[in-house]
Amino acid sequence: MASRSLAAETVTFPGMPRLVAITGIAGNLGKALARLLHTETQIVGIDRRPFIERPKDLQHYQVDIRKRKLGEVFRRHRIEALIHLGVVHDPRTPFTEAHSFNILGSHKVFELCVQYGVKKVVVLSSANVYGPLPDNSNFLPEETPLMAADRYSDVRDLIELDMHAQSFLWKHPDIETVVLRPVHIVGPTVRNAPSNYLRLERPVTVLGFDPMIQLVHMDDVCRAMVLALKPGVRGVYNVTGPGEVPLSTILKELGRRPLPVPHFLVRGLLRHAFEARLTSFPPEEVDHLQYLCAVDGSRAARDLGYAPLHSLRETIRSVLPL
Amino acid sequence: MSGFGSALRERLRALTFELGGPGTRERLEKLTPPRNEYGVDPYGLDLDFAVAAVAPFLWLYRKYFRVEVHGIERVPAEGRVLLVPNHSGQLPFDAAMLAISLLIEMDPPRYVRALVEKWVPTLPFVSSFYARLGQVVGTPENCRRLLAAEEAIMVFPEGVRGLNKPFRERYRLQDFGLGFMRLALEAEAPIVPVGIVGAEEQAPALADLKPLARLLAMPSLPVTPTPLALPLPTRYHVYFGEPMRFTGSADDEDASLEEKVRAVKGAIQGLLDEGVRVRKHIFW
Repeated sequence: MASRSLAAETVTFPGMPRLVAITGIAGNLGKALARLLHTETQIVGIDRRPFIERPKDLQHYQVDIRKRKLGEVFRRHRIEALIHLGVVHDPRTPFTEAHSFNILGSHKVFELCVQYGVKKVVVLSSANVYGPLPDNSNFLPEETPLMAADRYSDVRDLIELDMHAQSFLWKHPDIETVVLRPVHIVGPTVRNAPSNYLRLERPVTVLGFDPMIQLVHMDDVCRAMVLALKPGVRGVYNVTGPGEVPLSTILKELGRRPLPVPHFLVRGLLRHAFEARLTSFPPEEVDHLQYLCAVDGSRAARDLGYAPLHSLRETIRSVLPL
Repeated sequence: MSGFGSALRERLRALTFELGGPGTRERLEKLTPPRNEYGVDPYGLDLDFAVAAVAPFLWLYRKYFRVEVHGIERVPAEGRVLLVPNHSGQLPFDAAMLAISLLIEMDPPRYVRALVEKWVPTLPFVSSFYARLGQVVGTPENCRRLLAAEEAIMVFPEGVRGLNKPFRERYRLQDFGLGFMRLALEAEAPIVPVGIVGAEEQAPALADLKPLARLLAMPSLPVTPTPLALPLPTRYHVYFGEPMRFTGSADDEDASLEEKVRAVKGAIQGLLDEGVRVRKHIFW
């Protein structure tokens, strides 16, 4: 199995931090990252969920990042680098709860990083912060204004976190802060909106629209996160996959039978279906089925030495059951 | 359905090769945009689709508008270039005919990208059709990227002002934006002025229903005597001027940019005036 052997391929470089803390480690992406990194350096996991199937050499703290107890982790270990994945994405989580966790939690994490002299902070944002818009350029550079703000709580939180990480980057020149904005992350165990959408037998599409889509395999995102730990790397980076294809091509590759709905009906229809729990596809995400939200990944290629290992076909097919 | 689709595509491709004349297939095979394993380039251009989709437009080119090109050898065979034509005719057949001329009359052919209006991606079918032909929204960022990749791009500085102008304004160039000059200076790309004679009479606009246009979120809604927006079969003449090279900075004051833009506008107007003078008739 190609994906197995690639996942096993480790990433290392001179100056690898000796102790890396990972928030949100018990999520699917966190687990994959831990698997990739734990052979290269020491890892401390932080998550309010238990970490099932955790590697033996990895110490896990089951704490809520908003709570005082988080400071305990920083006091006990000399954390050299921190990778922050602790952002709630579930569209069915009540907004205030998710907002408090995402924003207050991230503030708390950043504060502790300053207080305990953490040298490197890697924050996982998303290319969704740019938002799919009809007048988007085909490849958005990192300087593009984050225009997805009028969408919904999920993305608003992400934008707030991204902006906060950016101001943290400028306020603390002594800490190497890296903000990563990956395109739609897919993978066998990923349960985010794009992966779930691609698993539908009859996915809704917008009649007469077929935007170019960028996907990235979770293993490749994990590799980008490890590469972001390289000494000297700081700044904002888009993380792209092996290329871009029309949405229709992806659905065809997966053998789906799309259900095209006219654009003036699709939002109302999906909102009703979502509220009636007929679908888990958040109605706000419909813009991604209609307009471009593709990014330029050349900066990460240049500064991080990042290149995706999974081919386009492997990346697309990674949402299928193994 | 997909069987029907691929059969149709094959027939259209055959039609393109037939209408293009002998050697068309071999010439078009010289086009090698970067393609991924699904046959599309990073902008969404699907060359197989494009060769098929060109067929009806090539029919218009050969049989309906009976396009005659003059001075196409002035278009650089390779490297970054901006083609800057006049824009008219209510529907952008002028853009299509110009793009086809570079595809059919040049050897090796050049695949030119048009920078389309920002409302195009909001239109069902039109948006995906344009995207599969590799056309992009006219943002400065897209323009820069394409020029850096040594591509040929087509810019209409008059925009919708030119496209939808009333009949009495024919062959009078509307205001030019400065954006294209900034991009040409920045990329140090030559500008080829193009005069398209014929399109200006294809769909005489008698009035423009502005309030209704606003209601439909369209840039304008011209009223023409031809039903269903079908253009008249005017004969097209496409005149290519000598490539113009400008030096300076994209951040120069508007006055200095305006002077350079005037030079381009003058060149296009010159091509148009000469083209209108020498042609024998609007229709043949």
